[in-house]
Parts: sequence; C-alpha cells; structure tokens
Amino acid sequence: MEQLVIRDLHVAVEGQEILRGVDLTIGRGEVHALMGPNGSGKSTLGFCIMGHPGYEVTAGTIELVAADGSVRDVLAMEPDERARAGIFLAFQRPMSIPGVRLAEFLRHSVTNIRNPDRKEGEELMPMREFRAELKAKMAELSMDPEFAKRYVNDGFSGGEMKRAEILQLAMLRPRFAILDETDSGLDADAVRLASQSIATIGGAEMGILIITHHEQLLEHNIPLRTHVMLGGRIVESGGPELAAELHKRGYERIRAAYPEAAAVERAIEDSRAAAAT
Amino acid sequence: MSTALDEATDLKQVEFNKYDFRTDTPSVFKSRKGLDAEIVAQISEMKQEPGWMRDFRLKSFEIFESKPMPAWGGRLGIDFQDIYYYLKPTDHQGKTWDDVPDAIKQTFDRLGIPEAERKFLAGVKAQFESEVVYGSLQEDLAKQGVIFTDTDTAVREHSDLLREYFGTIIPPSDNKFAALNSAVWSGGSFIYVPKGVKIEFPLQAYFRINAENMGQFERTLIIVDEGAQVHYVEGCTAPMYSSESLHSAVVEIIVKRGGRCRYTTIQNWANNIYNLVTKRAMAYADATMEWVDGNLGSQLTMKYPAVYMMEPGARGEILSIAFASAGQHQDAGAKLVHCAPNTSGRIVSKSISKNGGRASYRGLVKVEPGAKKSRSSVVCDALILDDKSRSDTYPYIEVEEQDVSIGHEASVSKIGEEQLFYLMSRGLTEAEASAMIVGGFVEPLIKELPMEYAVEMNKLIQLQMEGSVG
Repeated sequence: MEQLVIRDLHVAVEGQEILRGVDLTIGRGEVHALMGPNGSGKSTLGFCIMGHPGYEVTAGTIELVAADGSVRDVLAMEPDERARAGIFLAFQRPMSIPGVRLAEFLRHSVTNIRNPDRKEGEELMPMREFRAELKAKMAELSMDPEFAKRYVNDGFSGGEMKRAEILQLAMLRPRFAILDETDSGLDADAVRLASQSIATIGGAEMGILIITHHEQLLEHNIPLRTHVMLGGRIVESGGPELAAELHKRGYERIRAAYPEAAAVERAIEDSRAAAAT
Repeated sequence: MSTALDEATDLKQVEFNKYDFRTDTPSVFKSRKGLDAEIVAQISEMKQEPGWMRDFRLKSFEIFESKPMPAWGGRLGIDFQDIYYYLKPTDHQGKTWDDVPDAIKQTFDRLGIPEAERKFLAGVKAQFESEVVYGSLQEDLAKQGVIFTDTDTAVREHSDLLREYFGTIIPPSDNKFAALNSAVWSGGSFIYVPKGVKIEFPLQAYFRINAENMGQFERTLIIVDEGAQVHYVEGCTAPMYSSESLHSAVVEIIVKRGGRCRYTTIQNWANNIYNLVTKRAMAYADATMEWVDGNLGSQLTMKYPAVYMMEPGARGEILSIAFASAGQHQDAGAKLVHCAPNTSGRIVSKSISKNGGRASYRGLVKVEPGAKKSRSSVVCDALILDDKSRSDTYPYIEVEEQDVSIGHEASVSKIGEEQLFYLMSRGLTEAEASAMIVGGFVEPLIKELPMEYAVEMNKLIQLQMEGSVG
C-alpha cells in the first residue's frame, strides 16, 4: 500500500522547537484524525508536510512510499513538487490572489498536477474539457458555477474559503490530503455539508489527515485512527471513540496523563505571549 | 556547458526575438548625424512643405536649443549629436502591402500587423523609421468623411483643418522634447472623425524603429467632432542595439461636444530606447477622453498623458500600466486638469518593478478656479517583486476651488511569501506563481481593453515575467 510516512519529525520556527519528534504513517485510502489543543503543533505539521519555507526541519524524515516499496524523500522537494507528487493541504486560512479567477488558477493547477513533468509554458488542459469537469464537480458539491469566476479567496466569507478548498481537493484528487480545520468558522449545516463532500471525494484513492477540534467533520469520515497532539508530539492514538471523548471532555485527561508534554505546551505558550508583548 | 538555466534563457531569447530582429533595409535618404538648423530645414525641404511649416520647425528648433534638459524624472544621458534625425525608408507609401518594399513588409508580417488588419481593424498606418510606409482605411469610413492619413500627407492635403489645431494643444514651448519634436517631426497619424460618425473597430498605427542611433519623432493629431467616436491604438517596438535610440512623439487630441476618444498605447521598446513623449487631449462639453497606456521596455520612459476638461460635463480617464525590469526606469503617470464645472476624471495606475527596475508614478490633478462640482479620483498601486527593485509615487494635487471632490489612494505591495506558497502548494512553480500574481494585479486594467489587445498585453507582461526567478 502507498504510504505517507513521517518519522521523528523535529521542526523549529525562528529557533524555537515546535514539533518534537512526530511519528505518523498514513496509508492511501485511510482516514486519520489529528486533534489537540491550540498551539500543539497540528497546523505546523500540515505546513511542514507541504513544505512551507518558514519552517525549519531540524531532524526526522517525511517520505512517500510507493506500492512497489520505492521511496521518495518529500523533504527534498519544493512545495510544487510535493503537490505534483500527490500531496495536498487544505489551508485553514487560504491566501487571496486578487485578479486571478478561481477557474483560471484551478486549470493551471490541475494541468500541472496531472502532468507532473509539464514544463513552464507548455499547453494547459483544453479549456472545454476543463470547464466540463469543473462544472460537474461543482454540481456534485452543490456549488454555483458562477463561484468559479470570482477571484481566488478575494472577499470570500470564511465558509466560501473552505468550500473553495474542498473544490480544489475534488479537482486535484491528491494521493494524500491534509485538511487543516476545514470545519472552523462554519455553522453546523455547513460542517455537515463539508463532511459529506469530503467523504464523496475521498475513498480508496486518497489518504486523509483531518485536523479538527470537533467530531462533526468526522461524521461521514470515520477515522481509522485518531491522534492527539500535545506539546509538539503525538502523545496518544486510538479509534473514533477517542475523538468523541476529546470532543466531550476536552484535553484535561491527556494533559494529566502526559505531564511532560503539557509542560512543553505551557512553555511554548509563555514564550508566544512574551513575543506578543 | 549547458545548464537548465541556459536553456531557460535561450527560450526567453527566442520569445523576445519576436521583436528583437533587424532587417537590412537600405534607406532612400538619411540625414547626416546630429542636429542643427540646416538639418531641420533639410527635413522640411525633403518633404516639400509649405513655408509656414518650415518656419514652425525652425522656430521650434530655437526653442529646443534655449530650453534646459528637465532636471526631474529620470536620468537623461542623451547625446543629441549622436542621433540620425531623419531616415526615409522608401519613396512612396503603399496602399496595399504588396506596394511596400519586401524587407519592410516582412518586418510588419513578423509583428502580425497585416493579420490583425484583416481580423479586426478599421484602418492601419505602419511607420518604419521616419515615414509611414503603409496606410489603409475601410472604404465606408472614407465615404463618411473620416480622414485617417499620415501627418505629412495631411499637411499637403488637409492643410486648413490641420493648421487650425496643429501645435495648439501642445505648443513647441511646452517642454524641451515637445520643441524637439516640433522641429524634426515626421510621420504619425492625422485623424478627423466627422460629426456623429462612430467608428466601431479600432484604427491602429504601428511604429517601428529598425536602425541604430535613430530618432523617431512622429506627430499625431486627432480631431473628434461633435458626437463622434473613435478608438485609436498605437503599438511600438524596436530591436536591441548597444547604443541608445530616441523616441519622442507629440500627440494632440481634440474631442468636441459629446464626442468620445480612446487612445490605447501598447509599447514594448527595447532597453536602449529613451521614450519621451508628450500627450495631451482637450475634452469639450460632455465629451469623454480616455488614455490607456501600457508602458513596457525602454531604458527610460517619461510620459504623462493629460486630459484638459474644458467645458461642463467633460470626462477624462487615464489607465496606465508600467513594467520596469533590469536597467529600466518607467517614470509614467497622468494629468487631469479641470477647467470647467461638473467635470469628472479618474486615474488608475498600476506599476510593477522587478530585477532592479524602477517604476515611478508621477501625476497631477488640477482644479482651476470656478470648476465647481468637479470630481477626480486617483488610485495608484505598485507591486514590487524583489528587494532590488524600486517604486516611487509623486502625486501632485492643486485645487483652487472649494466645491470639489478629489480622492487619492496609493498602495505599495510586495509579492508575499504566503501567496507564493499557497499557489506552489497547488503545483505551480515559483515562476508560474509569480506570473499569476502579477497577472491578477494588472487584471482590473487589462479587462478594460478589447480582447485582442488584452491578449497582447498579457503576453507582453508574461514575457517580462519569464526568467524572473533565480
């Protein structure tokens, strides 16, 4: 089975260690949930998998293992190469690109990702074919086709941004997707719709890591494993019942069970507070 | 040794070659290098001009000599004695492309002019060096009384009309380069659109400099009569030489009551051209004048298209895009002058600088006493692509009337790491992501252009973006 394998990942931002040895393996076709309090390092992990230049990996590996067992070093790739290798990150706060239409951006993106060896300047996917596919996908996701004419995330509401990320996920069909709080800022109905959409898009062809505070997003995406992050480490993993427990009871039991990670969490919080003043 | 980078550069070279080629075209006449009263008189004589024009030229030359170089704007290292001021490429102007000498025809073929003419233009003038070598105008427009000719022909064939306006909007004393143009001008377009005639498709002029150390000084005069309408487009290119050439045009426009004129410039000069152009329009009651100005290439461009709103209800609009890359300084902008009540104006300027280029916006909004209830808005946005590049804004506002509304907004932004990362996370290379962000930045202006020109403008901008990362 194809896998995204993260081993002993240590990551620093401006000299401060945010991830302190993360191990996580996601198989293609599996759904994993990643939970944890704010500041525990969940988004950092997403950014590092995608290759954000602001994060320094100080130790550990991220690898893509193919079905035949061959291995590609993800950390050696630029973000666009990672995308072409089949990795996708749905942003918690996507960037706006004024003047660039969502459809125009997606056509370029889809072309590159489906032809990983495409060189700059080579033909894009034929317009007619692209439009037909986009229209069909938007219909599946109950989206107004006019939405694709708007500028990327420019003046979008929080909900629209998340919908646009899900549309990209549907069009790009990555091997491995990290969904960073794709439910934040949405009301209960919108979360349900997002949850259904993700379930429709996913399946045996996609490994998904869902970063969330809530269990609603998991309603239609029952995780094989739920992981809890605290102080830059995955301290506990379990089944779907773990997500339900954390949603109901919060992280007190986890903090009590892992005092060392809880101490790191406090230290990171303190230094952030100090930096902010 | 060949690397990927070399190959990328080669590719870019092939693309730029669309404009960067020279043809071996023997000229019929070339004035000796340099400038003095004798050369000015010789140009007039070659053109067999009437006495008034010869006198106008010689007087303008005196003014040129008496005026100092502008002390503001960009660095002007022009050696006026190292330039050929008049170069006549052929003996006669073609009415069909077959009449045009082969080498020159091939030049315009490569630039796609005859093809554009067939597809979507109402008329074409093609100027090579100092003279217009080809001209056409749709027959039905000629029948309606539309005049579209080169300015030299207009001096002979429409002298009363021409003389009424020539040099009245931009007198030779306006500035040193207006004086220079007035002394040595050659070619350019003369357009008259009679009352109520609305020309649906654009009229296009194409200006090509081919020779080295060449000065091109076209002179354009457009008269849009009451209720008439025209869209005029000019394109300009030149090949790359090691020494500088000078392009210094004067464009005068009159838009009478209820008329409408749009003047679009898409120029992509080679990096050795000084581009110093004076453009001014007068808009009368309820008339609209629009300048759409795309400035790419050149070593230094200094250009500030102006609209003087002379009577109530006049409207002026200036949309400008400037792209400054390595070794280039775009000092571009706009002027709106409200001379009457209830006039309205808008300036939208977008500039991009990269690889050490410098883009300056220099603009003036002026409200004369009595121009009550005038409204103007200025928006200028600058995008800087790297730390080596520079952007400046020099907005001047002179208001001598209380009851007016003037708005000014300016923004400077850099391409953000987060925007690049977002696009790259979707499989775009860094260069593709930058180009996409730049394309989005200029999109609000590009979408105002007719489709064919929007495509051309986008292509030119993407060309400037290629190889910008590294």
